[in-house]
Amino acid sequence: MRNRSPNPRSDDAGERLRADGGTTTATAARRDDETGLSRYVSDEFLSSLPFWLPPFLLMGFFVYGAIGWNFVISLTDFAGLQLPTYDPATWDFETYARAFSDPTFWTAFRNTVILLVVFTALALVIGLGLAILIDQGVRFENGFRTVYLLPMSLSFVVTAVFWRWMYNPQSGVINTVLGSLLGPLGIDVRFQWLSGFVDTGALGALPLVPDVLYVKLFAVIFALIWQFSGYTMVVYLAGLRAIPTEQYEAARTDGASTVRMYWRVVLPQLRASTISAAVVLMVFALKAFDFIFVLFGDNPGPYGDILSTMMYRQAFSSNQWAYGSAIAIVLFVMALFVVSPYLYSEYRRGEL
Amino acid sequence: MASANVSPTDSGQDDDGNRRRLPGSKRRAALYVVLVGLLLFYLAPLEAGLMTAFKTTQEFQRSLPLVPPGPGGFTIEPWTVAVREMADALVNSLLLAVPATILSALLGSLAAYGLTNIDWRGQVGVVLLFVAGIFIPYQAVLIPLSRLFAIVDTASLLSFLWGLPFLQEHHANLINLIVAHTAYGIPITTLLFRGYYKTFSAEMLEAARLDGASAFRVYRRIVLPLSKPMFAVTLIYQFTQIWNDLLFALVIIPSGSGPAAVVTMALNNLTGGIIQTFNTQMAGAFVAALPTLLVYVLFGDYFARGVAGES
Repeated sequence: MRNRSPNPRSDDAGERLRADGGTTTATAARRDDETGLSRYVSDEFLSSLPFWLPPFLLMGFFVYGAIGWNFVISLTDFAGLQLPTYDPATWDFETYARAFSDPTFWTAFRNTVILLVVFTALALVIGLGLAILIDQGVRFENGFRTVYLLPMSLSFVVTAVFWRWMYNPQSGVINTVLGSLLGPLGIDVRFQWLSGFVDTGALGALPLVPDVLYVKLFAVIFALIWQFSGYTMVVYLAGLRAIPTEQYEAARTDGASTVRMYWRVVLPQLRASTISAAVVLMVFALKAFDFIFVLFGDNPGPYGDILSTMMYRQAFSSNQWAYGSAIAIVLFVMALFVVSPYLYSEYRRGEL
Repeated sequence: MASANVSPTDSGQDDDGNRRRLPGSKRRAALYVVLVGLLLFYLAPLEAGLMTAFKTTQEFQRSLPLVPPGPGGFTIEPWTVAVREMADALVNSLLLAVPATILSALLGSLAAYGLTNIDWRGQVGVVLLFVAGIFIPYQAVLIPLSRLFAIVDTASLLSFLWGLPFLQEHHANLINLIVAHTAYGIPITTLLFRGYYKTFSAEMLEAARLDGASAFRVYRRIVLPLSKPMFAVTLIYQFTQIWNDLLFALVIIPSGSGPAAVVTMALNNLTGGIIQTFNTQMAGAFVAALPTLLVYVLFGDYFARGVAGES
């Protein structure tokens, strides 16, 4: 398959390390014993085994073995103290039917999709903006870059603790700043960002209408963008730096405006960066758990619940293990839809 | 701040040249205003947290979160409380993160060598399985993980260890976590090392082979010493990931606040009280973040390379 695909590595395949070094006589003797199998099991393959097979077995057991096990559990009636039955005769898809007829599941599904789309799109746009600004040959470039990426090095537990304080209705930064802007206008309201209410003083607590604004979810998305836009900046910056200088000069000579130059010349060449960053962000959005768990516990309610929190709640709080594993499989399939086209295109381009 | 120094005579002094520069000094001044504004946005939560961590309870309720504590409002008590509450968990996290980081980096390096510098048919298929492992949602393995460590009783299997000095039975939970973090770290470390090993000159390794060196010898004598910069990237990236994890710890360590609790759990427990002690919470957040913050400040470039390699 290597010869068929436009794989750049096929050119230097002949020059690569033939690790059959050592005793050539032993190798020759073994070759004599071998039948047609030797065409498939090369010496290179055998000598590479000790290096990748142990890590592969460990990783494979914990990743693919566990996913398979999880799927089997989702077919059983594993709940409470009753252990799963590993007898195929008792297996069925009842947990999936239960999920698809459970309104909580569809609420969590809807929120997961909103988080995935809105978070990914905004993080990409803001990260691209940061990268373009940083790429203007600014002084202290390293300093700016370091600060923009800094939130990414923090634990979600840490950032959730910070943002709970930022969003605090009484003395948090956001309401304090908003208050100093709205106060002079005679508006005295306190937004309860993390519960989706607004305190209007005289009228009491009102829900932030309309509900469809998903205030709670967007409060989470805003904080996550604060944490992740540095990541997209790093990816885009690498993409921008890979574009040859001549192309900027050519666009300038043609009299293109800055906006036009970025739109027509630069953006199309950032396609690969965009795709890879989007995949990482979307997969993250699917499993965003720690942040929401620290802010809201395992039951964030209809405007904060996502599939990963629902899965944890069903399995580890309610002991509905089989049901939880069915939700986990739904998440896995969603991740598969995001990742497999990406991995396939990477394979086709010989980037793997 | 920086914008004051920018004059037209500055242009062209950067090694990058002025190829991407917006023309006009006014626009450059505006550029710096935007950059500094963004700087403040990214630092605001940290700054508010740091100020609050030095305030008494009355002070943080009364004063603005972004300003330093006023007279009489200063205290270091939140820090002493946070450190006292989280000390055991800090030790546990260190005991967990250091071995898991080293193991996953080493195994990733070995796997990448076997899949990159030794050439054989069908490699791509195996590489694909490694890379796909980066993207799996961990929710899909949580229940099997908890089942696995309910069936494999590490505490009894290793019972001969618990009589030794410093080793206690709750460390079995940390060993389980080390195994899990090592296994789930292998895909990304393999990818990072593979990207690096692809750039190695085939002639160099071929020459070593012609001298009669075995594949192991080539790895130990040539590849491993040349891997130092990539080990720096991988170790820093993995340490940050493992130190910051909450999900695996929640599932693998029974009864959240037990003696094996890691630092992220301790911080989450610190915030669980009914009274919102924001000053202690903020101090706790900084205590929990300190190792990764230090690593980031000292080796930020390596961290950025790890993050970029993820894509």
